[in-house]
Amino acid sequence: MGYTILKKEELIPGQTTMMVIDAPQIAKKAKPGNFVMLRVSEHGERIPLTIADCDKEKGTISIVYLVVGKTTAEMNTLREGGRFADVCGPLGRPTHIEKSGTVVCVGGGTGIAAMHHIAKGHVEAGNRVIAIIGARSKNLLLFCSELSSFCPEVRIATDDGSEGHKGFVTEVLQDILETEDEVAEVVAIGPVPMMEAVCRVTLPFNVKTTVSLNSIMVDGIGMCGACRCTVGGKTLFACVDGPEFDGHKVDFAELKARLWQFKEQEEESMELFSKECQCHGR
Amino acid sequence: MADRKQKKIRGRTPMPHQDPQVRAGNFEEVALGYSREQALIEAERCLQCKKPLCQEGCPVNIDIRWFIACLVDDDLEGAFNAIRRTNSLPAVCGRVCPQETQCEGRCILGKKHEPVAIGRLERYVADTYAARSACEEVTDLAACALEREDVRVACIGSGPSSLTVAGYLAGRGIKVDVFEALHEPGGVLIYGIPEFRLPKSVVARELDGLRQLGVTFHTNWVGGKTITVQDLLEQGYGAIFIGVGAGLPRFLGVPGENLVGVFSANEYLTRVNLGRAYAFPNYDTPAYRARRVAVIGAGNVAMDAARTALRMGAKEVSIVYRRSEDEMPARREEIEHAVEEGIRIRCLCGPLAFHGDNQGRLKAMTVQKMELGQPDESGRCSPVCLEGQTEQISCDMAIIAVGTRPNPILLEATPDLKLNKWGYVEADPETGETSMPNVFAGGDIVTGAATVISAMGAGRRAAREIAERLL
Ligand SMILES: Cc1cc2nc3c(=O)[nH]c(=O)nc-3n(C[C@H](O)[C@H](O)[C@H](O)COP(=O)(O)OP(=O)(O)OC[C@H]3O[C@@H](n4cnc5c(N)ncnc54)[C@H](O)[C@@H]3O)c2cc1C
Ligand SMILES: Cc1cc2nc3c(=O)[nH]c(=O)nc-3n(C[C@H](O)[C@H](O)[C@H](O)COP(=O)(O)OP(=O)(O)OC[C@H]3O[C@@H](n4cnc5c(N)ncnc54)[C@H](O)[C@@H]3O)c2cc1C
Ligand code: SF4
Ligand code: FES
Repeated sequence: MGYTILKKEELIPGQTTMMVIDAPQIAKKAKPGNFVMLRVSEHGERIPLTIADCDKEKGTISIVYLVVGKTTAEMNTLREGGRFADVCGPLGRPTHIEKSGTVVCVGGGTGIAAMHHIAKGHVEAGNRVIAIIGARSKNLLLFCSELSSFCPEVRIATDDGSEGHKGFVTEVLQDILETEDEVAEVVAIGPVPMMEAVCRVTLPFNVKTTVSLNSIMVDGIGMCGACRCTVGGKTLFACVDGPEFDGHKVDFAELKARLWQFKEQEEESMELFSKECQCHGR
Repeated sequence: MADRKQKKIRGRTPMPHQDPQVRAGNFEEVALGYSREQALIEAERCLQCKKPLCQEGCPVNIDIRWFIACLVDDDLEGAFNAIRRTNSLPAVCGRVCPQETQCEGRCILGKKHEPVAIGRLERYVADTYAARSACEEVTDLAACALEREDVRVACIGSGPSSLTVAGYLAGRGIKVDVFEALHEPGGVLIYGIPEFRLPKSVVARELDGLRQLGVTFHTNWVGGKTITVQDLLEQGYGAIFIGVGAGLPRFLGVPGENLVGVFSANEYLTRVNLGRAYAFPNYDTPAYRARRVAVIGAGNVAMDAARTALRMGAKEVSIVYRRSEDEMPARREEIEHAVEEGIRIRCLCGPLAFHGDNQGRLKAMTVQKMELGQPDESGRCSPVCLEGQTEQISCDMAIIAVGTRPNPILLEATPDLKLNKWGYVEADPETGETSMPNVFAGGDIVTGAATVISAMGAGRRAAREIAERLL
């Protein structure tokens, strides 16, 4: 039976977890930038998660998620050997990767996972990749060693200065843009404010900047319009036209407002969930 | 004799309904169905015409006169078999077909009196007969083994068009695999049309029937992503049927349309139906809560969205439509039900802009007043703006139900598939074959948003052709 959790690793306990899921058909087709829609159980909500990695031979995909609400909290209660009700994908347009020269990949928080898959794709395409990753503190950094294993240039920024540059990823980026001759593209994946800030930094340098929009999704196959966002004045659907877009054209204010849509119900769900017994008969 | 005549021009037997006040607060079925007595009384109204026009009006050509004659004789089995010969989803069609423009629209009695309630009779037959085993229902035989494991057909999408293909071919011993992108098969019957009009249990019964015939449903398989048409051909499927529907919602392109609180009908209905948001927080999918709801459009989709919003607790729901009530494309019955439930209809106005508060949440909508002008190419009077006449409507939720466009996922992944100028799949009207040999298509992805029965008609034509080629 598919969708079994083969491996579960808490990267940052209680906060960020990685799972390797048995999904041969999806693994066969997955490319960097793709995502899946999954449901924990029959009563669950369909949520989108990026395919952080895939192993075509073993038929597995990896996901890395941040616990933010009911569904992701419930995912944290699943154990190795357990399974999801549904995993559907690979969805979305894969990242556009071509040999273009120097590419700077910026990842923040859980976004580092998705960024690392894309950075790998760029390295394989023969590009020089400079990765910048950031977090509040050293112990919240993800994927450092994985990234370093294929990417010779990894820069780190932490808010508290516990590792690498003390400050934001955007400051490191600014520095690179000022010193490097030719940067073909900047890819930014992370919290919305981070992606927005990256776009603000790259705009004066006129560097192509790609962001991955985490808008709210329902079906993930272009049927509902929940994920719509304004890009260059046009309404586009993140699930079928994206999720990656030209960051200089994205209406981030609208995206932020739309991400709050279901706040009340999300809180209600979470409150009920935290009151429930979560031992699942353990 | 005079007595007999008197009897025949009696009015239609009314359908028992849940009380409007009560049903506006629940998701249970609105129309309750005829009793045996009511069905017999209604069946007796049929004149048994020599040249039954009703049958010509039916897109799958059900022998209506015959099935009604069986009913009059109290031969339920005969009636069921007569319907099932050409229609594999009678319990669905009896509920959602626009009979007034099809069979009932042509019924001779309708010229002077009310037409025979053919749809209600069809529903009665299908529901009453369903007590039998599903396999018997379709083939009239006990559960049958597949005859031809080597002949395989794949359907992409699991709406009424694919279900018809699957039923027809499985009944002839062909192995059918249905690939559906969502986690539940059924297409619009599951994620679009709400429970109070088409209970999921009715759809589930039809799906079980197909399973018993050996049809396999593969959910979470996205055609063009998880598996491509090319893959399926390479895997040895003898024919492929594409029935992916017309998915992608249209928006109006007016300012403020992406404010929080503005939804497409597809999103709203999918949350409530597929995600079971009506049972939130028991189910996790949330639906937006609102007091004053405006639904833009006046087709079946708009009616369903409006009535769903009412059941989800809205205090005031209106339908905003740019033409007049006479032009509304929804089924009459659904409009009447909506009005009975307290939904307000505002005709001759169309949205100009949506306005939000400082948090980006919808709070009002400006509409342009219209009047009716000359008929356009659809034959309906076109709406003409009344310059300068606008009105503000306050609302905290707006649902846009103004149609769909072809969903790009499968089409983009299948570049050999020829599309027409509107972006829908080009298919031979007789056989359903596309520009790719042995790849067929039908339903909304060929015609644009249409009806359950027309999707089934297309499925039937394709299935007949496929069977002829493969057997
Ligand atoms: C293409 C895409 C890829 C993503 N990849 C990742 C990933 O790799 N790792 C990761 O941790 N997160 C990812 N996300 C975000 C992730 O989907 C949400 O964090 C998750 O849905 C939250 O669900 P919840 O029930 O735990 O939280 P909730 O309590 O429901 O919501 C918390 C917040 O999550 C967001 N959210 C809620 N529901 C959805 C939804 N259906 N779709 C999208 N966002 C939603 C909203 O901003 C909300 O305020 C991705 C989102 C998209 C669109
Ligand atoms: C709310 C609503 C109310 C309606 N009311 C009525 C009514 O009262 N009477 C009536 O006659 N008609 C009604 N209709 C119209 C009718 O439902 C449709 O015309 C009919 O369902 C079309 O059938 P179909 O087989 O083309 O596909 P659909 O029913 O649209 O099903 C297509 C299926 O394909 C799946 N799919 C899409 N893309 C892919 C892919 N790439 N891979 C795999 N699967 C995919 C979808 O998830 C879906 O399940 C209504 C429609 C809606 C939305
Ligand atoms: S047209 Fe009307 S009266 Fe004549 S056979 Fe059909 S249902 Fe009966
Ligand atoms: S999530 Fe439904 S259209 Fe994108």
